[in-house]
Amino acid sequence: MIRTQLTTDTLTCPSCIKKIETGLKSIEGVDTVDVNFNVSRVKINHSDQVTADELKERVEKLGYPVKSVRTTA
Amino acid sequence: MTLFMNKHLNKMMVASGILIVIGLLFLFLGFTNIRNITFIVATIVAIGPILVRAFNALMVKSFSIELLISIAVIAALLIQEYTEAAVVSFLFLFGAYLEKRTLEKTSQSIQSLLEMEPMVAYKLINGEEVEIDVDDVEIGDHLIVRPGSQVPVDGIVVNGSAQMNEAAITGESVTRHKMKDDEVFSGTIIENGYLEIEATKIGADSTFSKIIELVEDATSSKSKTEKFLNKFAQYYTPSVVVLSILVYFITKNVHLAITFLVIACPGALIIGAPVAYVAGLGNASKKSVLIKGGAIIDQFAKVKTVIFDKTGTLTEGKPSVTRIHSLTDIKEEQLLKEVAAVERVSEHHLGRTIIEEAVKRGLDINIPVVDMTAIKARGVSGVIDDMKYLIGNERLMTENNVPITNDTLELYENEQKLGQTVMFISKDSEIVGLISIMDKIKSDAKATIDYLRNQGVEKIVMLTGDNYFAAEKVSEILGIDEFHAELLPEDKLNYIENEQKTNRTLMVGDGINDAPALAMSNVGLAIGHKGTDIAMETADVVLMGERLRNVAYGFALSKQTFNIMIQNTAVALLTVVLLLFGVIYGYIHLASGMLIHELSILVVILNAMRLMRYNDRENVHKNVEFKEDSFV
Repeated sequence: MIRTQLTTDTLTCPSCIKKIETGLKSIEGVDTVDVNFNVSRVKINHSDQVTADELKERVEKLGYPVKSVRTTA
Repeated sequence: MTLFMNKHLNKMMVASGILIVIGLLFLFLGFTNIRNITFIVATIVAIGPILVRAFNALMVKSFSIELLISIAVIAALLIQEYTEAAVVSFLFLFGAYLEKRTLEKTSQSIQSLLEMEPMVAYKLINGEEVEIDVDDVEIGDHLIVRPGSQVPVDGIVVNGSAQMNEAAITGESVTRHKMKDDEVFSGTIIENGYLEIEATKIGADSTFSKIIELVEDATSSKSKTEKFLNKFAQYYTPSVVVLSILVYFITKNVHLAITFLVIACPGALIIGAPVAYVAGLGNASKKSVLIKGGAIIDQFAKVKTVIFDKTGTLTEGKPSVTRIHSLTDIKEEQLLKEVAAVERVSEHHLGRTIIEEAVKRGLDINIPVVDMTAIKARGVSGVIDDMKYLIGNERLMTENNVPITNDTLELYENEQKLGQTVMFISKDSEIVGLISIMDKIKSDAKATIDYLRNQGVEKIVMLTGDNYFAAEKVSEILGIDEFHAELLPEDKLNYIENEQKTNRTLMVGDGINDAPALAMSNVGLAIGHKGTDIAMETADVVLMGERLRNVAYGFALSKQTFNIMIQNTAVALLTVVLLLFGVIYGYIHLASGMLIHELSILVVILNAMRLMRYNDRENVHKNVEFKEDSFV
């Protein structure tokens, strides 16, 4: 299981949380998604089927600029 | 599309603002047609991002405020209220902008904590220094830390020495000296010196990562009030749409219906509580008072009974030998030397204290002792030069038929009344001396208790496994309402359970052996990060530093946060009610309704920002005098 943490631009709407969660969970290989609204961080547990870059791309596509990416095995 | 909107949000907002100003100029000059076109363009520019968000939220089946605004603005355009449409959409964007800016401020202290997380480490490989990512550090790696830089992971010093600033962990800006074999923590900074450390705890296990994890979880865990408000908003928003349609059918007045739509937006209601919690949690984390979320703040704020553990919490937990009473002609030092030699077998902290004292006095305690035994809950025994020593409590003496004279007993009781823990020394069934040991009361214990009382705590209790007299003395010095001594761990649990029937309780402990009590209490608070793992998991509040006074700080801050949360909710509800009446009686129209709505959001955020500056220092100096180094 790989753990990736994305830091996004400040999230302002609570509906962002749901959107990011749904958007990321639809990717094959993503196990859990935890969006922390107050600190604008998204924590994802996923398998090696998915790369951190793919996750970043998806979040940006949903409309949230990603500031930093951190992955731990 | 969404990304584009988000990136250029501010430009669009400014553009629509400028267009509105131009439109107003035309209005005064009387060019009605041009004015209308300008306002329509302004509306289109500003409504873009709002529409996109409303749509995105709908995609995940949630009704957003943006949806309400979009409907209102489109309806306003249809009924040719161009000015109102433009002003409403601009105000909404501008409000959202201010909201974002101020929201960023409230979570600033938490953000800056997160940004302090170490990123790189310098690893020694075959004598060469290599920069690596902190995530690639493995246990046992030798790392170099230079002045001004952070310790990347927890470790043990193998080489060098340094003055360390541990503020990131303890919140206390006193520097500590670290040398070989000392423990260093991730996130702490070398002020001067140089260290080579061996990594012992890495990644998520390191102290700083744990703090961050805890703070992050705290900000995302919702209090009951927050959960209720979120649920409420879920049903509220769609029902506002339905209601405004009803308003239209009843009054046949589109303008009134859309005004209703705009003013009923639950903005301040949704943001009021979370913003207070985030600001409060952020303030607390700056002092390294880690509170596990808004729900805990609510509980903490309502505490009526505070229960302290004694040893290690109200007292230093580092006992020292205060007196050695020789009752025969044996010299004090000789007695201590022999007692310490026998105590080598003991694993009890009192035994260790005696050994430490002997070593401190430069005595050689490596003298031959035979038949050394530790007798559980009683003491130790051993034979030196064919003479049998028994060292321990009263029970050990009576069980071994050692006679205690009345004079000795009197001395024993007098010492105990001073708060000392006293041990008997017997040599071949004759008492030859007593050793008194005591534990210093923490210098800020009295101030903490007075401050708690000052903040409205009704009852302060101390529970301890220690002897009655020692407990009584501490209780007397600190002005504690109630104490219970000689307790077993389960007695503590029973006490808490019983007390909770009438009062909300806060249990304060050092987190090493009182984890069950911390878990049982309404709020459990652990002091110090030495008992890290268990304490951080079971306690609701963790003080990373050693300062007892932060217990009171956490309490006062929780109370303040709770109050501000209530104020914010009240402001939000009041605004909705006022706007509603304003609309019904015709004082409030679309644009002014939007303005008041946005203002109410700013008011709750600004109100919450007071928590960031909250500081108790003045209160403490005014009300409570510090008592330095009081001895038991």
